[in-house]
Amino acid sequence: MARTGIRAFTDQKLENMVGNLLRAGVSLSALVVLFGGMIYLARHGREPASYNVFRGEPSDLKSLSGIIRFAFGFHGRGIIQLGLLLLIATPVARVALAIWGFAEEHDRMYMVFTGIVLIVLLYSLLGSGSAF
Amino acid sequence: MNNLEFTVLVGLGSFMAGFLGALTGLGGGVVLVPLLALVFKVDIRYAVGASLVSVIATSSGAAVAYLKDGFSNIRIGMFLEVATTVGALFGAFLATKVSTSAIGAVFGIVLIYSGYLSSRTPVDPPPGEQPDPLATRLGMNGVYPSLNGPKSYFVHRVPLGFGLMFGAGGLSGLLGIGSGAVKVLAMDHAMGIPFKVSTTTSNFMIGVTAAASAGVYLNRGYVDPGLAMPVMLGVLAGSMLGAHILVKAETKVLRLVFSIVIAVLGAEMLYKGFTGGI
Repeated sequence: MARTGIRAFTDQKLENMVGNLLRAGVSLSALVVLFGGMIYLARHGREPASYNVFRGEPSDLKSLSGIIRFAFGFHGRGIIQLGLLLLIATPVARVALAIWGFAEEHDRMYMVFTGIVLIVLLYSLLGSGSAF
Repeated sequence: MNNLEFTVLVGLGSFMAGFLGALTGLGGGVVLVPLLALVFKVDIRYAVGASLVSVIATSSGAAVAYLKDGFSNIRIGMFLEVATTVGALFGAFLATKVSTSAIGAVFGIVLIYSGYLSSRTPVDPPPGEQPDPLATRLGMNGVYPSLNGPKSYFVHRVPLGFGLMFGAGGLSGLLGIGSGAVKVLAMDHAMGIPFKVSTTTSNFMIGVTAAASAGVYLNRGYVDPGLAMPVMLGVLAGSMLGAHILVKAETKVLRLVFSIVIAVLGAEMLYKGFTGGI
C-alpha cells in the first residue's frame, strides 16, 4: 500500500511537470513560427504560391545543422523550420522526463519501455535522413 | 494566388478544421489533409507533413488541460507508445515508398470509417470479466474520478491492444493524422478501458506518435515551412478556441454534421485515389 502511495504522488508530480513542459514547448514554437512567418511573408508574400508539384525541400531545410544555420542567417523559412523543430522536440523532452520519473519510482520495467520510445524518437529525428 | 493570399486562406481553413475538430472531439487532422489536397491542390506528401506538425501542436496543447483532471493513465500510455512509435516510423517510411494515389485511397477508407464511428455515441465497455494478468503485472489497472467517487478499472486483452496500436501508429505515420478511430478499437473495444480514460490517455500519446513520424518527414524534405506555418498556427488557435467553447455548446448535431462531412471527403479521396487524381 505504501508503495502505491509513493507512486501516486510521484505520478501526480510528474504529470504537473509534464504539463508545464508541454505548454512552454508549444508556446515557444508557435512564437518562433509566427516570427519566421512574418519575415517570410514580408519578403516573399508577393511571389506565386505553388504546392501542387512536389519538389522536396533543399538540404538547408531538412537536416538539423542546416536548419539551425539557415535560421541564424535570419531566413524566414529557416526560422519557421526551427520553430517546427522545437515543436517536434517537445514530446521527445516529455518522454525523457518520464524516464526520470520512473527512475524516481525505481520502476525498471517502465524505464525500459520509455527508453525504447526515446530511442525511436531520436532515431527518427536525427538518424532517419541517411539510413534508407 | 500569391504566398500571402495562400497563407491567409490556408490559415483560415486550418482554423476552422481545428475549431470543429476540438468542438466535436474528432480532431482537426482528419479533415486537414483532404482540405489541403482537394481544395488547395497541395501535393499530398506536403499536406501530410504539415498535418503531422499540427497534430503535435494540438495534442501537446490539449494534454495540458487533460493532465490535471486525473483521467489519463501514464503507464498505459507509455506501454502502448512503444507500439505506436515503432508503427509510426514504419508508416512514415512506407509513405516515402508508395504512390500518392495509394495514400489517397487508404486515407479515404479511414475517413469513411471515422465518419461512421463518430456518428455513434460512445459507450463505456461493460465492466469486464477477469483482468488480463499481463495488465496486472504491467501495473496498468487504475482508478479514475467519477460522480460517485473514485472508480477502479481493469485492463483486458493487452497483446491485442498492443498489436492494434502498432496499426494506429502506422496509419498516423502514413496519413499524418492522430488515428483516433483505431484508438477507439484498440483501447475501448479490445482493452476495455473506460471512455474518459482512453480518450485522455490517447490524446497524450498522439503527440509522441506524431513526433516519431514527423522526424522522418522533416529529414525527407516533406515538411514545407511556407505551408506548415499557417496550418500549425491556424489549427492550434482553432482548437484552443474550440476547447474553450466546448463546455457550453450542444455538440450532438454538430458531431453528426461533421461526421457526414468526413465521410463525404473520404468518398472523394477514395475516388481520386483510384482514378489517379491525387
